[in-house]
Amino acid sequence: MRKRKTQAPRALLPPLFADWFAARGWTPRNHQLELLAHAQAGESTLLVAPTGAGKTLAGFLPSLVELAAQAAAPRNAPGGPGLHTLYISPLKALAVDVARNLELPAAEMNLHLRIETRTGDTSASKRQRQRRDPPQILLTTPEQLALLLASPDSQFLFATLRRVVLDELHAMVTSKRGDLLALDLARLRTIAPGMSATGLSATVRDHDELRRYLVAQDGSGSQMAALVTAPPGAAADLSMLDTRERLPWSGHGAAHAIGEIYEQIKHATTALVFVNTRAQAEGIFQQLWRINDDNLPIALHHGSLDASQRRRVEEAMAQGLLRAVVCTSTLDLGIDWGAVDLVINIGAPKGASRLAQRIGRANHRLDEPSRAILVPSNRFEVLECRAAIDAANEGAQDTPPARRGALDVLCQHILGMACAAPFSAHALHAEISSAEPYSALDRASFDAALDFVATGGYALRTYDRFAKIRQNSEGLWRISNPAVAQAYRMNVGTIVEADMLKVRLVQGRASKAAASGPTYTGPLRRGGRVLGEIEEYFLETLAPGDTFLFGGEILALQGIVENEALVSRARGDTPKVPSYAGGKFPLSTYLAARVRALLSNPKLWKSLPAQVAEWLELQRARSVLPGAGDLLVETFPRGGRNYLVAYPFEGRLAHQTLGMLLTRRMERLGLMPMGFVANEYALAIWSVADVGARLRNGLVSLDGLFAQDMLGDDLEEWLEESALMKRTFRQCAVISGLIERRFPGKEKSGRQVTISTDLIYDVLRRHQPDHILLRAAREDAAVGLLDLARLAQMLARVQGHIVHKDLARISPLAVPVMLEIGREPVYGEAQDEILAEAAAMLVAEASGSVGP
Amino acid sequence: MTGARISIATLRAATAPQEIVIAGVSLTADASGVLFLDSERLLIVADLHLEKGSSYARRRVLLPPFDTAATLGHLARAIARYNPARVIALGDSFHDRAAAERMGDQDRASLRALQAGRDWIWIAGNHDPLPPAALGGTAQDEIRIGALTFRHEPRAGACYGEIAGHLHPVARVVTASGSLRRRCFASDGERCIMPAFGAYAGGLNLRDVAFAPLFPARAPQAHVLGRQRVYAIAHAQCHAD
Repeated sequence: MRKRKTQAPRALLPPLFADWFAARGWTPRNHQLELLAHAQAGESTLLVAPTGAGKTLAGFLPSLVELAAQAAAPRNAPGGPGLHTLYISPLKALAVDVARNLELPAAEMNLHLRIETRTGDTSASKRQRQRRDPPQILLTTPEQLALLLASPDSQFLFATLRRVVLDELHAMVTSKRGDLLALDLARLRTIAPGMSATGLSATVRDHDELRRYLVAQDGSGSQMAALVTAPPGAAADLSMLDTRERLPWSGHGAAHAIGEIYEQIKHATTALVFVNTRAQAEGIFQQLWRINDDNLPIALHHGSLDASQRRRVEEAMAQGLLRAVVCTSTLDLGIDWGAVDLVINIGAPKGASRLAQRIGRANHRLDEPSRAILVPSNRFEVLECRAAIDAANEGAQDTPPARRGALDVLCQHILGMACAAPFSAHALHAEISSAEPYSALDRASFDAALDFVATGGYALRTYDRFAKIRQNSEGLWRISNPAVAQAYRMNVGTIVEADMLKVRLVQGRASKAAASGPTYTGPLRRGGRVLGEIEEYFLETLAPGDTFLFGGEILALQGIVENEALVSRARGDTPKVPSYAGGKFPLSTYLAARVRALLSNPKLWKSLPAQVAEWLELQRARSVLPGAGDLLVETFPRGGRNYLVAYPFEGRLAHQTLGMLLTRRMERLGLMPMGFVANEYALAIWSVADVGARLRNGLVSLDGLFAQDMLGDDLEEWLEESALMKRTFRQCAVISGLIERRFPGKEKSGRQVTISTDLIYDVLRRHQPDHILLRAAREDAAVGLLDLARLAQMLARVQGHIVHKDLARISPLAVPVMLEIGREPVYGEAQDEILAEAAAMLVAEASGSVGP
Repeated sequence: MTGARISIATLRAATAPQEIVIAGVSLTADASGVLFLDSERLLIVADLHLEKGSSYARRRVLLPPFDTAATLGHLARAIARYNPARVIALGDSFHDRAAAERMGDQDRASLRALQAGRDWIWIAGNHDPLPPAALGGTAQDEIRIGALTFRHEPRAGACYGEIAGHLHPVARVVTASGSLRRRCFASDGERCIMPAFGAYAGGLNLRDVAFAPLFPARAPQAHVLGRQRVYAIAHAQCHAD
């Protein structure tokens, strides 16, 4: 028997389609035909293609061909033809855009198709009609799909489904949204067993993970969708801005290069200026306008801005009215701008794959290279940019590994399935474990989630009479009351922003003086325009009267009333810069390793700007360079304090966690640590005791200080009080449905109604530490705000490879992190010390030793 | 930020045991949130909100049902510390009128043990206008002891010698080292609003307009609950949320 060829069977493109391609002067591309062939063979397929490769048309071609054939055949089934293809996009705007693009070939070929979108903006009457009489092609988002699947109509609605197309799959699978989508995909397979899935993705590190995601798993990991890859586009034209200015030691403002960035924009048709955080977007946007003598139309786009404002920018962009948009990752994906011929990436690229995605936003034509310029905003970022450019030129990828399905998402899904129809626990567990992220879910964990959904999953069984779902006489689980389904619908989805407050513009009134005196902020006039939303915890750092940048304007905080931050326009041009962290990414492990390699090999420094190479030379002369596999720790005195600086290169989150745990341990060793700051590359701790001397005299060992067991009891103890852990728990509580994010008809007063999850966390930790939500929160913390997994890997890697350098003064490499002191919040076991400090102020004031 | 350097001696002074003087009477403010009047061996606790968790459960918000046990556990530790002859629960001891009936057997037993050997007074609150007869203790609308008046809801305007609950005061304290939001006593020396004691009781910022009419002459000082002790903090250093 001949070995079966892995090549796809030859696809048949019907004459109607061949003619249409020909009429437009196109030839179908190979990957489009291959995908068609796989689909015609009934196979699920992953299409990996660069931007501009006609990915969307490829994804829909099989459906259009089938639907055209159906339309030609005499109809014998009664009623409408039913839903044929479901398209899921991570972005509402992308679904709308794709629907528009699909209308054109459908109309030109006279296919008489109903193509509709369903998003949060779709009217209630249209949604209802879609459920009764669905279109043939429906374009929607993961959240809307979850809602449809949780309705009793889902069986009717999806029974006719032949194909589901998942766009930007690489971006969806890395989050809890991807977990929810995987569960919904499993349910679709149950309802429509003949259905196949098509995933559209940019290049990722491991294609097999996505191929498994698309098809039912049996636990062996051998089930995979077919793979079609399009040839890569022309190599990108990548460079680093060779600044004439002096490179800053630290900070992320890139203020030194604004003039040069502006020149680049002037010489491009349309430029996308990517930054990593909303704060940077605001800063760069303002600085560009300050020197915008030519009045170039430059716009701002980030996730905090009001949706209507964002849409205006997107439309202006699509119409070619803009010369540049300063944006965050909100524009990493999606809509085809066409005219963009330059991407400027300000700051560190953070990951090779992320950079490749952003570069791909320029010039959606494969034959022309994308042009991208990287602008490092400080010296360390020069190293990171260099490493990222090298990685991009090699085509290396560092997308995160496949996730384990989150337990809170599982809880939400179980409730949704009960809302759709009564289910058997056994069958639902089987269905759920066919979803790739949940393929290792054991029955005990599933049962714990089920118990949580029913009665809260508490050891103290007092809530049986308040159960949300119950078993009927046949042993099937069903909702106990229609109100449960209503609550589910209000809470569906996995995106829990930090508590967001609306930013509303009102007349100015409050001043700094009013805030510090014993006067009360009385009611402020309401009714101004909403500018967007901002994280509550950012506002916690502001007092009334403080100014910050938002939406390209300088605003003064007037006060907070219910869930709105009231602001007024402020004068002056030195706002308290917003430090809100929206859209901060950690440096990828892969890129961090490349940066270490670059640092440790002086031969490679030729590719670096002269001032950076000189800086590294100086480090080599004064101290030592961190080796590729080492952890360098420097100690030195400065200004009456003793500093310890470590260079793990593991990203800010892991460094913060390390700082918390290390200072605890130093405290116990009597080293009297006073505080620390962390950045992406390094961690600086200052203490009363001379740590350098103790290390020198062998009284303290670095291997002991950095021993992995800090992740045991120390971690547990710290987690108990950690604000980050509480924030993580809050997200799990909302997603799992423990607390409701919104109440029907009561959205406005939500903040008052909702009980503080911090209090719930404290009680639950003490009384049932193994509760499923605490498990969920711990698993999140490992990869989320605490980045424990990465910290654990680092600690294991460096054992026995810690290099100590005891110095008489600060080293050149330490300068950037030392400059963060005073700029970044200082961490430590501040809790009661904050109170003691504030109380001491009162005593000092009373005794007249300091002024108020 | 102010650049004031604070000496160790000043810090020590600020961390001495916390007394609150109200209407000339000196009381001990405990970090757990109770007040103790030594001369009367009287312990005062406000807003226990027992069975708040199960109250939410009736609306199918299934909060962990351990709040009553947690609250009574904290209270037991405070009572063990001071061994009071009399305890005043300053209203809203029960989250709703049916709360007492929902209490578990173990929690009832814990409460009975706390009441044994001492007077126990349930002051009526808006959540529990008729404190349960079945759970021991005596019910009263308010009670007067010397210069002090104990009631649940504070009266508007100046009110010399009143100790009340109801408002659940919290202070947000901001210094160069960071920011904290903690429960607190609010007092101007004439009256005192006690922090809520219940494990699930939320908080109202001291800067909220609700506090203004209670302190018409001057803003109250915050006596903020730390982990081990209470810290007196100037109103000016307490921020709005």
